[in-house]
Amino acid sequence: MMQQVVDIMRKRALQLLGSGTVNRVIGWKNGEFGYDQTPAVFKTEDELSALVYDSFSSPNLSKYLIEESKKEGKILAFLKPCDTYSFNQLIKEHRINRDGVYIVGIECCGMVDINKLKALGAVGVNGIADDGETITAHTLYGDKTFKKEEVLLEKCLACKGKKHVAFDELIIVNAQDDEAKPRFDGVKEIEAMTPDERFAFWRSQLSKCIRCNACRNVCPACSCLQCVFDNPKSGVASKATPDTFEEQMYHVIRAFHVAGRCTDCGECSRVCPQNIPLHLLNRKFIKDMNEFYGEYQAGADTETRPPLVNYTAGDVEPTVISDKGGDN
Amino acid sequence: MQVENKEFKPTIVAFCCNWCSYAGADLAGTGRMQYPADVKIIRVPCSCRVNPMFVLRAFQRGADGVILCGCHPGDCHYSTGNYYTRRRMTMLFDFLDYLGIERARTRVEWVSAAEGAKFAAVMNDFVKGVRELGPNKRITDLRCKPEEKEGE
Repeated sequence: MMQQVVDIMRKRALQLLGSGTVNRVIGWKNGEFGYDQTPAVFKTEDELSALVYDSFSSPNLSKYLIEESKKEGKILAFLKPCDTYSFNQLIKEHRINRDGVYIVGIECCGMVDINKLKALGAVGVNGIADDGETITAHTLYGDKTFKKEEVLLEKCLACKGKKHVAFDELIIVNAQDDEAKPRFDGVKEIEAMTPDERFAFWRSQLSKCIRCNACRNVCPACSCLQCVFDNPKSGVASKATPDTFEEQMYHVIRAFHVAGRCTDCGECSRVCPQNIPLHLLNRKFIKDMNEFYGEYQAGADTETRPPLVNYTAGDVEPTVISDKGGDN
Repeated sequence: MQVENKEFKPTIVAFCCNWCSYAGADLAGTGRMQYPADVKIIRVPCSCRVNPMFVLRAFQRGADGVILCGCHPGDCHYSTGNYYTRRRMTMLFDFLDYLGIERARTRVEWVSAAEGAKFAAVMNDFVKGVRELGPNKRITDLRCKPEEKEGE
């Protein structure tokens, strides 16, 4: 099913390269293994033969377009529906040059979490197939079939819908149902805990952090040229600073910094080598903003003002926090 | 007169805007209204000047409670500053609550230059709440000291 899509993608990319509309293409290619796809830029027909797209193509390409869109000539970008939200958000923040990008929206059937596959006993995975209802992992020891909801990435279980919000053209072979799935269950679960339980939960989670900065580096909202967490004195780019304040507050500050700009693309949790559920931090902000200041989806368009740089005279008072009841 | 040395003396950081709350605190002073000496006032040009990082930094450097005071919404010296404060701090404090930081350690209050009595009342009430909670241990060690060190 996906092979068909890849063939169309490759054909269309060749046409656009041939006609001179674009001079390079950004997509995915296989990494070391069959499941660790990496974003890659292709310039020729030869190189394009390495283009892949399947249920492991989860990396969000939008952030790469910040640099790529400023180079000479247009770049063709294959964007999944949720990647287009990040793209719009970056356009809104004037980070991407829209004229430098030609977007081909491609369908997405949900991306697979390799960790879940491994936990379910799929060892030596070197390929994947999606037939709509089930996922079949091709492994060195034969095929294994799973139910889709067992192996999808968390971000796909909480899918925002299959609609592209920015595109120049679309490639859609298999139409998907456009239903947005509930995504605040995890946040509500934590909210229902007592403060002590919440603290214990977050402490155990955040203690795992090794400050590898992967969540920051992958985050499309984290696109500052210089980050407060970079230490220019360390001599090593992106090296964590030894300052305890920043160590302890890293996740709080990062979550606040992307509040109102986070499109909930879920990349932070996907790349975390320690499996910290970072999306629960960002989603708390999204949930609060929806509740207090009206529904807002970052990246849904390029005009609406984000809630934190906006106000109305009748906003809720901060006492709403102490008034909500529960412990403390 | 009995002196209680054992009573917990919290450190409270109060960010007060220059135009309303700081003048309100002044009025409380000139009016000889009593409020706890635990409150350390930091004057800011506008409540909107308070970066969320200031609040976190205060906690991290040993504050037991942080309170923000600004002009009443609509009365901001810079017209709209406190509207942004209101949204920003609602978000931040609800987020801290979500992480398990006690709610009574954070507060936003609107105090005008004429409300010296309100300033004193707010501070009395806030300090009382923090005193009941005891020293702040949580926000300094979200990331993570060993369990047994907690009592130190």
